[in-house]
Amino acid sequence: MDASAIIPSVLTVVLAPLLVGVINRTKAIAGGRNGQPLLQVYYDLRKLLGKGAVYSRTTTWVFRAGPMASLAGVLLAATLVPFGPCNALIAFDGDLILLAYLLGFGRLCTVLAALDTGSPFEGMGANREVLFSALAEPALLLGLAAIARETHMLSLTEMHLKLSTGEWATSGLTLALVAVALLIVFLAENSRIPVDDPNTHLELTMIHEVMVLDHGGPDFAFIMYGAALKLWVLGALVTGLVLPAGTGMAALDLGITLGGMLALAILVGLIESTMARLRMMRVPQLLVGATALSGLALVLRFGGL
Amino acid sequence: MHLIDLTLVLIMLANLALLGSSRLAACIQLSAAQGILLSLLPLAAGEHGSKAGILLLAFTVFVLKGLVFPALLARTLRMAHVRHEVVPIIGYAASLTTGVVILCLSFWFASRLTLPHPAASPLVLPWALATTLIGLFLIVSRKTALMQVIGYLVLENGIYIFGITLAQDEPFLVEMGILLDVFVAVFIMGIAIFHISREFDHIEVDQLTSLKD
Repeated sequence: MDASAIIPSVLTVVLAPLLVGVINRTKAIAGGRNGQPLLQVYYDLRKLLGKGAVYSRTTTWVFRAGPMASLAGVLLAATLVPFGPCNALIAFDGDLILLAYLLGFGRLCTVLAALDTGSPFEGMGANREVLFSALAEPALLLGLAAIARETHMLSLTEMHLKLSTGEWATSGLTLALVAVALLIVFLAENSRIPVDDPNTHLELTMIHEVMVLDHGGPDFAFIMYGAALKLWVLGALVTGLVLPAGTGMAALDLGITLGGMLALAILVGLIESTMARLRMMRVPQLLVGATALSGLALVLRFGGL
Repeated sequence: MHLIDLTLVLIMLANLALLGSSRLAACIQLSAAQGILLSLLPLAAGEHGSKAGILLLAFTVFVLKGLVFPALLARTLRMAHVRHEVVPIIGYAASLTTGVVILCLSFWFASRLTLPHPAASPLVLPWALATTLIGLFLIVSRKTALMQVIGYLVLENGIYIFGITLAQDEPFLVEMGILLDVFVAVFIMGIAIFHISREFDHIEVDQLTSLKD
């Protein structure tokens, strides 16, 4: 393992909240406002970490462990994803499945903590979150399987190395299908607008946000930070697919990839500004559509195209 | 990557979108888009027959499937004053899943068929089968009569893909004859749907068994 392998992890840990800031700023500008500072999420995190936590007497240790365990899951997932010219910290055959299920583990912890409160709203949110993520999972895994088939590699890092602009020229069709599917998964997993509205304050329509209503102080900071990390991790996956860094110069590649992440955040901000969220009934349709795209990509690979 | 593969994938995306969309107007537009893509197919495949014949065929398909059929269907929809929804028997998510399953089955089935001469693209045979089957699925899984016409068009599109890219020796006249048949069929179905809607105030086929005086 070379020293550069630490770079993606450090970048993730440091820059993840900034990505949320960029999305918020894009939305503010598109809405004609000045918006909060780009570093607002960092300020919020510092403020929350300085507070004490209040726990309801009806909750158990599950509620207290939830935020920490889910943050740990996402942090571990962050070590698996390569970034630009840098390999991931941990890479082995089949780590793409571990990535999917580490994210799933983080979600499971949040869901269990939400159910532990006994609040009906949180149970409802947990219900929806689990339904939608169960539908997003095949899209993610089939999409990654299509790339694995394309590159004949089973590890995210090796897949990332194998992907280059040349790959886009020969089988751009498959990759474009997977990219669209992964973008939908990215939006769904991070509770972004066509699926969930991160700014809504009506419990009946919330999905992710309603599950964390009872968390406060450091616990809520962990949840916010975990969400930012998840945004970065899945974003890095999408960016790595769309912008395979291949100029050969490490610094330039790193710059391109960081620019790609920035562009992705702006794209998300624009999507959120121009689209209304889908009706709850329509969300499964969108996610099954993403699965169909991934499936089509995989079938194309097997079809010998 | 070849132009023909791109066209075929876009045709399949139109199929999947048809399976997942709930508005009749959107479905009509999707079938128009599919028709325009189909008209590109003989040009993209184009190594057989005379140049003029291919161009004429592409042009005819473009005009009929891309412009005339959608216009006829849209006119029927406008005149019929009925619900603008597809009314599925099988839900949209389940339909999409079925579409992907059909696609996989078509690949498996196509791999067991041998052709007299190699096709222009390895996708042609599975795509033709899948498009035909998806058209059939649309016919049986939607209650609105207009959607069944669209399903019929998709089914015919599948046969067209098969014909245009596989049967290289198929005479130009046969293609034209098929197109004329389809044109007459859509025309008559459009008129029939209009009369059904005027008589029954709806075009849902499962309710047509009940008598009305």
